[in-house]
Amino acid sequence: MTAPAADAPDRKADIDAFARRHKFRWTEALPWAAAIACYFTFENYHALGAQIFATILFALSLDLLIGYAGIITLGHAAFFGVGAYAAGIMAANGFHEPLSGLVIAALAAGIAGFASGAIVLRTSGLTLLMQTLVVAALLQELANKWTSVTGGSDGLLGMKIDPVFGVFRFDLFGNTAYIYCLAVLFLGWLAARNLICSPFGRSLTGIRENAARMRAIGAPVERRKIIIYTISAALAGVSGALIAQTTALVGLGALSLGRSGELLIMLIIGGIGRLYGAFIGVPLYMIAQDRFAAVDPVFWYFWIGLFMIFDGVFARGGALGVIARRRGGSPPQ
Amino acid sequence: MFSAKISGILLGAAAMLGFTAGACAQTVKIGIISSYSGFLSQAADEMEKGINLHIKEYEKTLPAGVKLEVVRRDDGSNPETGKRVAQELITRDRVQLLFGIVSSPVAAAVAPLTAEAKVPLVITNAAGAGITRISPYVVRTSFTLWQEAVPLGQWAAKQGWKTAFTAVSDFLPGHDAEGAFTKGYTDGGGKIAGAVRFPPANPDFAPFVQRIKDAKPDVAFLWVPAGAQATGMLKAARDLGLREAGTKIVSTQDLAPDEELPNIGDIGAGLITAGTYSTYGERPANKAFLAAWEKEYQGKAIPDFLSAHGWDGMTMVFDMIRATNGKFTGDEALKFFTTWKTDNSPRGSIAIDPATRDIVQDIYIRRHEMKDGKLVTVEFDSIKQVKDPWKELNPPK
Amino acid sequence: MADFIPIAVSILFHGLAMAMVLYLISVGLSVTMGLMGFVNLAHGAFAMAGGYVLIILMKKQGWPYGLALAAAVVICMLASLVLERLLYRRLYGGDELDQVLMTMGLIFVSVGGATFLFGPVAQSLDPPAMLRGQIHILGRDFPTYRSFLILCGALLVTALWLGLERTRFGAQVRASVDNLRMAQTLGINTSKLFAIAFALGSGLAALGGGLGAELLSVGPTYALDNLVYCLIVVSVGGLGSIRGPFAAALLVGVTDTAFKYLAPELGAFFIYALTMAILLWRPRGLFGTAS
Repeated sequence: MTAPAADAPDRKADIDAFARRHKFRWTEALPWAAAIACYFTFENYHALGAQIFATILFALSLDLLIGYAGIITLGHAAFFGVGAYAAGIMAANGFHEPLSGLVIAALAAGIAGFASGAIVLRTSGLTLLMQTLVVAALLQELANKWTSVTGGSDGLLGMKIDPVFGVFRFDLFGNTAYIYCLAVLFLGWLAARNLICSPFGRSLTGIRENAARMRAIGAPVERRKIIIYTISAALAGVSGALIAQTTALVGLGALSLGRSGELLIMLIIGGIGRLYGAFIGVPLYMIAQDRFAAVDPVFWYFWIGLFMIFDGVFARGGALGVIARRRGGSPPQ
Repeated sequence: MFSAKISGILLGAAAMLGFTAGACAQTVKIGIISSYSGFLSQAADEMEKGINLHIKEYEKTLPAGVKLEVVRRDDGSNPETGKRVAQELITRDRVQLLFGIVSSPVAAAVAPLTAEAKVPLVITNAAGAGITRISPYVVRTSFTLWQEAVPLGQWAAKQGWKTAFTAVSDFLPGHDAEGAFTKGYTDGGGKIAGAVRFPPANPDFAPFVQRIKDAKPDVAFLWVPAGAQATGMLKAARDLGLREAGTKIVSTQDLAPDEELPNIGDIGAGLITAGTYSTYGERPANKAFLAAWEKEYQGKAIPDFLSAHGWDGMTMVFDMIRATNGKFTGDEALKFFTTWKTDNSPRGSIAIDPATRDIVQDIYIRRHEMKDGKLVTVEFDSIKQVKDPWKELNPPK
Repeated sequence: MADFIPIAVSILFHGLAMAMVLYLISVGLSVTMGLMGFVNLAHGAFAMAGGYVLIILMKKQGWPYGLALAAAVVICMLASLVLERLLYRRLYGGDELDQVLMTMGLIFVSVGGATFLFGPVAQSLDPPAMLRGQIHILGRDFPTYRSFLILCGALLVTALWLGLERTRFGAQVRASVDNLRMAQTLGINTSKLFAIAFALGSGLAALGGGLGAELLSVGPTYALDNLVYCLIVVSVGGLGSIRGPFAAALLVGVTDTAFKYLAPELGAFFIYALTMAILLWRPRGLFGTAS
């Protein structure tokens, strides 16, 4: 952007705004306050809450790719699944400690992300979409075939998870699961927030907006894409491990196209590239699903479908996009 | 961690509420878990209709003052969701019994909870043989694939059919069916000429049928999930003239459930299946069941084995409620279930095997044929009171 | 080795039948994606609608096969025109992700709607008597319906090619795929063109859904079940092309059939690996023009 000299004061305001945008705002504490309040007000919904937190982390990892790096994928469940199976297979084979399970899951999913990213990230658009979809489909087929390790279509059973820190047992009511998932989500969010505010994060946005120009100024575009893909995969893996550990099971659905697609829908509903889209879209979708499914399970698809059409046509940019437009605010960062 | 104390208190309080509810209330609360949405919704619909019909017909026969409350939750054909809704039914809705479940992975996910909460689970479909071993609180009124396919294999060998070809969907129920048929057939002296497994989501069956046809076996054992896949499989078999080439086609009842028969039409003629229930069964209890069904659904739906299994599950639960006057703990209910039997099921005589908590029932060998332009089922042979062979072949460790 | 020829013949035959259905239900998607850059994931819903209309007209109204099929195509084309004007047009040139959301929403509605109207049971087609059974050619039996399907498919493909190569409309479509702005500058009414191309694509999908109901059975989740196959055909074939998806459908249909016959234990691995390999080799697909 080249601004004429006459606009200098404006420009200073811009620079100030730019410097401020990475500072914590009080609104950013809202989701966490709400989550803690919900612990006490909705004590019968802790199991659902835990799954929502884990899914928010998953959606956050997808937002890093789509919203910040402009990498559109339909196979993000691959890494969720790798993480879930890694944590699950460990826990089913005598290694019951949960925190190390998360670390292993992050490593396994990160490696899968790095390896597949190195292959598929050379393409873009529909081709990239298909490549990511195919990677997930291949892994799902592998999990289906390799029944001795994964349990195949019956799912991985017999997982045992030790109490967190040796104290907090995963209970029937989901109390431990709620706090555990919330804490991990908080750490994941901190990491993601730091990442996108860093120069590395800003360069990703540059790649999204104009990869050719980024190349021209000497940014190693391909390498940065692979790095963010790996990081995102690791986060998705942690999310998968959270679900696996708190439910004590992993099924083939963890790797399915359905899971990737549903996640994408949740994120689009919330708003992409705004860091908080996941915090709005995921609870909205999952709570609506829970409620609709209780009232009219058969036609849940019909109503959510109508909502999505309406959302896609009239509420472009998701919930946060609408809010930003109403306030005359900015496009995604 | 401030939450530790609170969670401890909550846990204690909820546990007290949850597990004493049965002793003080005249309301019997049952949580039904089923796959109302997702790829199993068709099966869930059949099962649901059987369950609802029984409740409607017999609710008035419950002891005076006992009120039945049913909470229905959708597992979306997904084990994680299934586990969560089971958790919620136990802790939030405080149900005294869990009931239903179409999908085996969901049942396997829910089963461990029943042991922790001491809430019995009555499975009315999920047929994975090992599920009843996961928790001592699981009772099943449906079937296992081994229960159907082993007798079918033995029967096929007895017909003097020398060679068989098995073709199944490549996921665990398919593997179960393949293993069970092969076991029964080879024990009876038959020889397996070939086996093929096809991807679970498979649009075209012709290549597999072609392979069977080229191998020229006496009998082909097919297994695919009920519904669109089953019809597709039979179509491919007809299109390629498998039967005309001299190969008999046998399967379990999944291939030709009653409500699919009009859809399958003449392509199903000549098919032989082993199963637990058919609307054409000539039993008085079945006649009564069908009459009630017709009154309720007025020709808009046809019951199948899932409906009968759901109905029978409810019969067992109602018998238990009557026996205990609606006051029971999880253990008392379980004790009643494990010795339950009836001669009045639409399927004939059924009983729960106390050792395995799985069902013991007659397996019918049925022929499907065209009669007055309609595909019908004729039960022409049966194997009496079959226990689940898988449990005998795989004794608990 | 004596078995080789009959095996090859049957693989080719069944592969061709599959390819024809795949092509019909995917070609419209390729055109809308290439022409309008629109990610229409709900394309399969039109194929499903075609299948349902055909089956319902035959079963409930007793219409003859040919007439019911033609009606199915016309009805689906009209319905797609309405949707195009009402929904799709608003998102032309918009954010891809909003398009994904909207069309996924359409799929969900189609799943819910079909379940409500026709129940969760998949419907099956009863082809007329003359299309049943087998025909005997060169000492081998071939299922009549599949032979008919291959014949129809071949005729349609030829008609489509000629239509796009020889007619004014075809020239306009090709011009718009190559360079939309230039086409507009030359006075082509692209809004009308889009609508017609969209309706045509949907009509072809409906035809594919109806003709192919014997292979891909018509149930509420049709659009979801076949989405991946459609996307594979379109991406491997290349966007905006008529020939591309045909080549891709042939490749997918025949090789998939071959692997199922010869190495079924590999299951679905092969088709995915093939897609991956082709897209790495030619990221724009075999005949891709638009990016």
